[in-house]
Amino acid sequence: MMANIVAGVFGFWSWKTRQQDEYLMHKPTQSALAIVKSLVMALSLTSVPAIAGVGEPEKDELTFGFIKLTDMAPIAIAYENGYFEDEDLYVKIEAQANWKVLLDGVIDGQLDGAHMLAGQPLAATIGFGTKADIVTPFSMDLNGNGITVSNAVWEAMKKNIPKMTDGRTVHPIGAEYLKPVVESYADDGKSFKMGMVFPVSTHNYELRYWLAAGGIHPGYYAPHKGDTSGQIDAEVLLSVTPPPQMPATLEAGTIDGYCVGEPWNQQAVFKGIGVPVITDYEIWKDNPEKVFGMTKEFTEKYPNTTVRIVKALLRAAKWLDENNNENRVEAVKILSRSEYVGADEEVIANSMTGTFEYEKGDKRDVPDFNVFFRYNATYPYYSDAIWYLTQMRRWGQISEPKSDAWYKQVAKDVYQPEIYKQAALELIADGHMVAGDFPDFATESGFKPVQTEFIDKVSYDGSKPNDYLKSLTIGLKDDVL
Amino acid sequence: MSLTELLYTRLLGSASKVLETGLLPTLGIVAFLFAWHLLAVNVNTSLGQFPGPSQVLEQVISLQGEHVEQRQKETEFYQRQEIKNAKKLAKNPAAQVKTRDYTGKATFLDQIFTSLYTVLFGFFVASVIAVPLGVICGLSEKIYQALNPVIQIFKPVSPLAWLPLVTMVVSAVYVSEDPMFQKSFLTSAITVALCCLWPTVINTTVGVAALDRELVNVGKVIKLSPMTNVIKIVLPSSLPMIFTGLRLSLATGWMVLIAAEMLAQNPGLGKFIWDEFQNGSSDSLARIMVAVLTIGFIGFLLDRVMLFAQGQLSWDKQALLR
Repeated sequence: MMANIVAGVFGFWSWKTRQQDEYLMHKPTQSALAIVKSLVMALSLTSVPAIAGVGEPEKDELTFGFIKLTDMAPIAIAYENGYFEDEDLYVKIEAQANWKVLLDGVIDGQLDGAHMLAGQPLAATIGFGTKADIVTPFSMDLNGNGITVSNAVWEAMKKNIPKMTDGRTVHPIGAEYLKPVVESYADDGKSFKMGMVFPVSTHNYELRYWLAAGGIHPGYYAPHKGDTSGQIDAEVLLSVTPPPQMPATLEAGTIDGYCVGEPWNQQAVFKGIGVPVITDYEIWKDNPEKVFGMTKEFTEKYPNTTVRIVKALLRAAKWLDENNNENRVEAVKILSRSEYVGADEEVIANSMTGTFEYEKGDKRDVPDFNVFFRYNATYPYYSDAIWYLTQMRRWGQISEPKSDAWYKQVAKDVYQPEIYKQAALELIADGHMVAGDFPDFATESGFKPVQTEFIDKVSYDGSKPNDYLKSLTIGLKDDVL
Repeated sequence: MSLTELLYTRLLGSASKVLETGLLPTLGIVAFLFAWHLLAVNVNTSLGQFPGPSQVLEQVISLQGEHVEQRQKETEFYQRQEIKNAKKLAKNPAAQVKTRDYTGKATFLDQIFTSLYTVLFGFFVASVIAVPLGVICGLSEKIYQALNPVIQIFKPVSPLAWLPLVTMVVSAVYVSEDPMFQKSFLTSAITVALCCLWPTVINTTVGVAALDRELVNVGKVIKLSPMTNVIKIVLPSSLPMIFTGLRLSLATGWMVLIAAEMLAQNPGLGKFIWDEFQNGSSDSLARIMVAVLTIGFIGFLLDRVMLFAQGQLSWDKQALLR
């Protein structure tokens, strides 16, 4: 509780050290860049040792922020494996107290970039919360979250869940099994509370999706009326808790469950204070998770630096998934160090190495629990951005209905596949990667084909956001609260 | 008195001396360690057993190891840059090269020095303001009457309450392309300074005001200039009280700094503790305990240093200092 208050309230004033010497010696303009590129082409034809096609970084001393979650791995690996230095980037990596502090750090320039929730750049751009132009050229991972409930809630839920022959519960567990518990709380005059990590976090939308799919109303936002609590009409009260404090808050009884990234679900199992009931992989298979966010200003002012950052992150992501997760054990060792995630190795390893422990002892294979590179996980798909926007609309964070064109425009403002493409082509030219590692840039539209693997079997077509909203039972459609 | 009796009392005397100076403190520490061990074994948290002395010692060693390892990495980091720069120069002798600062993490030892440096800086700033202010208040009843309400109102305010204000003001006011200090450092140092002010001001005022009338009269008789009066008479005779104030200031400053670092996530021991708490690994508690002991030990050393300084500066070398 105390921890919660301290981090949540005072963490706001987190001002971190940084070194911001700007590297001003080489600042080629776009046209100069083009000349350099053609020169490189010419040189490589005359078999002079290859020089990287992208110009020198305009700014080479950088500070990146992250939250202690395993999906920050690409940043840690790019540092540890020297990929940043290969790009002549000297990067400091600093843990942030919470998502709000992290976002503020990026906006006011203390951080040059950060591990962000996919919803953050979108929300900042449309002005829900702090308004700022944040963009992302790189998607950091797929999946990786879970929903955990307290032991008491689990005992009450478990009675209703069908069992397999070996006595273990049948998965995925829908929120319909939670509904009687929530109702019994209501009958006792108590409110059922759950934690998520940020109003525009993946976790908030996933938790809401799961609850709504099970017939539980998670509540609406009404920012136009000044109500940003997200608890209008709510049957379950959701509130913000920073990820590393989730287990402690659950243990203190302040919340009855939470949705968070790893290792904080597995931590609950190890500590014996709660039981993960579902992973986000089962809510929406291969859902996009974190992104790497930077200000639009940064990407425009330092184009070479931006491409180089994406190159380093791409190599790290590939390393993480290479040869069927072969490097994960080493990655876990790195992440468990106190400057990164810092949790015990075995806790992190639980989910990072392809398994997930639900009830104590009920360890199941979830090979794609964390996906960093496979399935084009790193490509910034417009359709992913639009899904987040539809959820913001669904729960009232966007207070008025918007046209399909509006959704597409916002997605194009925030997601930057062009920068991604440039970095990818550089990596192919450098010989670090092959074309097959990436989507076919010639035909890629930025929209994934219709996705059907949601827990409630509703299908999602990113090109028709309004139709999608209409197909969801609980949630706003054309109405305004 | 017979010889044996004499010998006996002598022996008893020196024995009790040994007992006082060496044995009793040792006994106290041993008893504490034992009690700590016993209690620790019986306290189970969700992060495992509460760390006892042995686990803490283990972490001291592992933190030291991390420090050495980090320094090694730092050396390699600079070597890599040198090689890179040399290559660049070989290719193009006109190229500008530079060496960037090490980007690795701050070790426990680094954090200790950051905290020490911050507290001493804040304490120094506060003392430079507080001692003259106290002297003025002590010398002039009128100025004292005028300033007293302000001092009394701000004295009980926890400096942590100032922290958000300090942070916002520092980041708004201290804008420079090439800052001499980091903002986080200034925030912490100013917060420490704010809490170091009051004990020194008040004790100095009291010390100066309680000046021996006869000394004041002597000063008047030999017609000392106000400045000489302060230096030759006022300061020396109020020194014990000034030091009482300074010692109180430094002790609270040190305590407040740790809390400020924790809240504002500024580098230092406070941040180390908070980071470890967030990590929630099975070593976290023992590491926090290492920090707790370190903080206590450094606080003790700081106080001893002040005491030593007082002994050196004081005109009355016989006074009992404790």
